[in-house]
Amino acid sequence: MIKCVGLEKRFDKLYALRDVNISVAKGRVTAVVGPNGSGKSTLIKSILGLVTPSNGYITVDGIRLNGEWEYRRMIGYMPQIAYFPSNLSARDVFHMVKSLRGVMGSPETPHIEAFNLGPEMDKPSRVLSGGNRQKASAVIALMFQPDILIFDEPTAGLDPISSRQLKTIISEQRDAGKTVILTSHVMSELDELADDVIFLLEGRVEYAGAVHDLKKMTGEILLESAVAELMKRAVNE
Amino acid sequence: MKTALRIALFSVRDVLRSKWGILYMLFFFLATEGLFRLQGDTSQVTISLIGLSLILIPLTSIIFGTMYIYYSREFIELLVTQPVRRRTVFGGMYTGLTFSLITAFVVGVITPFVLRGAHTPAEWSTLALLLTAGSCLTTAFVGLSFYISLLSEDRGKGLGIAIFVWLATAVLYDGVIMIVAYAFASYPLETPMLILAMLNPIDMARVFLLIKVDMAALMGYTGAVFERFFGGSQGALVSIAVLLLWTVLPFWAGLRRFARKDF
Repeated sequence: MIKCVGLEKRFDKLYALRDVNISVAKGRVTAVVGPNGSGKSTLIKSILGLVTPSNGYITVDGIRLNGEWEYRRMIGYMPQIAYFPSNLSARDVFHMVKSLRGVMGSPETPHIEAFNLGPEMDKPSRVLSGGNRQKASAVIALMFQPDILIFDEPTAGLDPISSRQLKTIISEQRDAGKTVILTSHVMSELDELADDVIFLLEGRVEYAGAVHDLKKMTGEILLESAVAELMKRAVNE
Repeated sequence: MKTALRIALFSVRDVLRSKWGILYMLFFFLATEGLFRLQGDTSQVTISLIGLSLILIPLTSIIFGTMYIYYSREFIELLVTQPVRRRTVFGGMYTGLTFSLITAFVVGVITPFVLRGAHTPAEWSTLALLLTAGSCLTTAFVGLSFYISLLSEDRGKGLGIAIFVWLATAVLYDGVIMIVAYAFASYPLETPMLILAMLNPIDMARVFLLIKVDMAALMGYTGAVFERFFGGSQGALVSIAVLLLWTVLPFWAGLRRFARKDF
């Protein structure tokens, strides 16, 4: 369970997040949606401890974040754009991450196979295609079997087969009782996967709750239309 | 601690792969070798090396360090998403880079000395002092460079600040000291001069080395003040103490900044 209480983040005078109060439930896929610059990435990065809140706090499984680092052992993170040190291969990067965590063996093998990344393992990351870097990044997120998975725009840049593969993995992880947080611009994709939705607009939470409740509330069938309806209402207010 | 060492090892490997570290070592080797061939006399060689090190070590350390942090951005961003303390990431990278640069400097300088074998104990001890001061300067300027690279996301700006800091400490400082000395010639200047000298790690390294080598002519204004105020061995002690402080302070400030940085 992840909780944000009165979370606020200012970059100089600009608010990225304002008074965010949400909780993310275990065993569900929570989609974070909102227009560009609405604070999605800042929210995710705050949970990861990459961004320090200006106000308020976050708890992850009851641990209050304040320069904490051990809790990241529970989290697998796939960033929006995967960057690796340019002269290291995927194999080097996996090795490095494992040695940092003190993990032996090859927990990455099944995931490498799932994404068909085998032939790309020894190429330096600067010559890897963006899609293959994304896959390597997904492997890093998944290989330690964390309780919490955070995917920031995971399917952007992936080919249809890998994208399908990743979506299957996400549902499997949810069914295994993992907490999944997901952002995406592709609403149809979220319609398939998301149980809960957090809708951010200019750093504020406009809606947080179950997807079907949102659809009922707005009278729409598709998540895309429901979110559009929410946005229209927010603007009119 | 173990994790910090691992990160340090990654950094060392990175420097080795980028070949700049090797080039740096080769430079000091060739410079020392060249000086031996030109001058022959060990103490002459050491004096020339002191002059060279005082200018070049700060320059390479500060530029190499700044570029290294910018160049390792991806590496850092990957590390901070892992269950690792921020301090461990920063400390590990600092240790790795400092260790690489010091090793390159020490090995590059010492090899020609060892190849020639016969030196007096006094010559060896002067060399040891040079290596100590050079290592301290490396540590201090890598620390400064890490701090500078955290000031701006813009590589050009960061590099600009780095070059300016080097210029200010290595070149402009003496000029400022002379102007102050000239402008306030009728006032007692000892204390302000001591403070001014302590504010510059390069000056501290110079004072430390030249008091010991007893080359008053090369010591400059601040060095002379230092020697008059503290005397020979106490002056050396004070200067090395301040120099050691310089190896810690910029790193500590950078660490604090890094721990709060938003990614």
